[in-house]
Amino acid sequence: MVSHPVTIEGLTKKFGSFTAVDKISLEVNKGEIFGFLGANGAGKTTAIRMLCGLLLPTSGSGAVNGYDIYSENEKIKLSIGYMSQKFSLYGDLTGRENLKFYGAVYSLPDKELKERTEEVIDALELKSFIDRPAGSLPVGWRQRLALSAAILHRPAILFLDEPTGGVDPVFRRKFWEILYDLADQGTTLFVTTHYMDEAEFCRRISIMHRGRIIEIGSPQEVVARHHQRDLQETFITLISGRDADG
Amino acid sequence: MTIVAVENLCKSYKSLTAVDDFSFAADKGEIVAIVGPDGAGKTSLFRTICGLIQFDAGDVTISGYDVSTRFDRIKPLLGYMPQTFSLYPDLSVEENLRFYAGLFGLTGSQFDHKKGPLYEFSGLGPFYDRRAGDLSGGMKQKLALSCALIHDPKVLILDEPTTGVDPLSRRQFWQILKQLQKQGATLIVSTPYMDEVALADRAIFMHQGKKLAEGPPDRLTERYRGKVYRVKVEPSTERVGQIMDIGNVDVRRFGAALHVYTSASTVDDRLIGQLAEIGIEPDRIEPIKAGLEDVFIQLMGN
Repeated sequence: MVSHPVTIEGLTKKFGSFTAVDKISLEVNKGEIFGFLGANGAGKTTAIRMLCGLLLPTSGSGAVNGYDIYSENEKIKLSIGYMSQKFSLYGDLTGRENLKFYGAVYSLPDKELKERTEEVIDALELKSFIDRPAGSLPVGWRQRLALSAAILHRPAILFLDEPTGGVDPVFRRKFWEILYDLADQGTTLFVTTHYMDEAEFCRRISIMHRGRIIEIGSPQEVVARHHQRDLQETFITLISGRDADG
Repeated sequence: MTIVAVENLCKSYKSLTAVDDFSFAADKGEIVAIVGPDGAGKTSLFRTICGLIQFDAGDVTISGYDVSTRFDRIKPLLGYMPQTFSLYPDLSVEENLRFYAGLFGLTGSQFDHKKGPLYEFSGLGPFYDRRAGDLSGGMKQKLALSCALIHDPKVLILDEPTTGVDPLSRRQFWQILKQLQKQGATLIVSTPYMDEVALADRAIFMHQGKKLAEGPPDRLTERYRGKVYRVKVEPSTERVGQIMDIGNVDVRRFGAALHVYTSASTVDDRLIGQLAEIGIEPDRIEPIKAGLEDVFIQLMGN
């Protein structure tokens, strides 16, 4: 098991003349909850897609779970979990059927799939709705189900792209309890969010602006460095100090 | 002066009760925030106020006009920004505005007169010819708001206008709302962000179609029964378990620390002693103020 599930150096992605990600460098520790913050359009999603092996960088180097992001992206895909704000499940299938589908995608043997299904139902408290069509569930429940599908194959690192967008406070609290349990068991979590209170739940955060990482550290360090009241004010001060381009 | 009055509103869909005997009022120039979990009935409430759906019982009036019978008088007063993206992605910023101007019967010269101020406060001027579909999340929301404002409504109903929008864009969005308020508009806004709720004049917590609590945001935080402590220890599952074992407390991991929530019946000195017994010294424990979210969750739990 690698001690740094994410290491990137000078990672860059250009689309034509537009530089979406501009020489970012980062190391994420095993079992850490890392908050990857930034304004809309700062380049977060492009960076995550490169880390997940879905998009080749223009330049720079990096490894995820020890696999090279250029030559071993297929291995990266199988070794990570990914969940986004967008509903990624089949609405007509029940939760259990969705899990079976994801188990097949990750080639889990039948016996293991059965065991893991019961484990995630238990750990994420899905029992009351696992046999209902996923499309009929409230957003908070769907997100818990989507998380269970993303961790079914026991990935060492989990990428969560705005996992709690549109989820109410009670569900958000529950969701973060689950994330802390996963981190406690050694899973590394790489999370984007627009909720600054959630960013404060992270062990370390980075703030991205116009393709670059402009700040990195523990939430307390970052807030102290800029003499602000909280992370929300720090974020606003940092970004608005650099441009006023809505 | 009351502008929006909702009295004993009931709305059901077959066996599902969406809004259950709900009453509230908004005064001229007031910002009212509605907060509730998914399925609390917020969107049904908003659609009812906007005359978009029929309701089963109750009274809804805007500026004294009944929504059910005098909607012709209400329509010019009302601006509605629905939760889902309501713009034409293939049309440019200006084309979207022009389209909404047409819907509300503005003439060409009225529109030309109106668009300047809208561009000015939204900051969308430089992007007038960009396709709406190519705007960033924050700018899309500002355009949707501008479209809802095209006919100078006196009442604005905004259904989660900032969901998925970054903190800076949310701050800018609320600066616009505050400006509209100063000009005398009445705003009713739902949001999942408690920092936004704190900016409203009054907050209403809604759950299962009913009102859980109502009041100015800083007064609502005083409703928390019990205390909240920040405990600076490694937030491991084991630690959480140890503290939960004390009983009568709730524990939540919070970055590099734990938050411990006590109920009204807890004797705080005893808790400090019990924490010391499991190796947490008093200098690691700091009382903090309960937030709006803490109050909301406590009320929902009852």
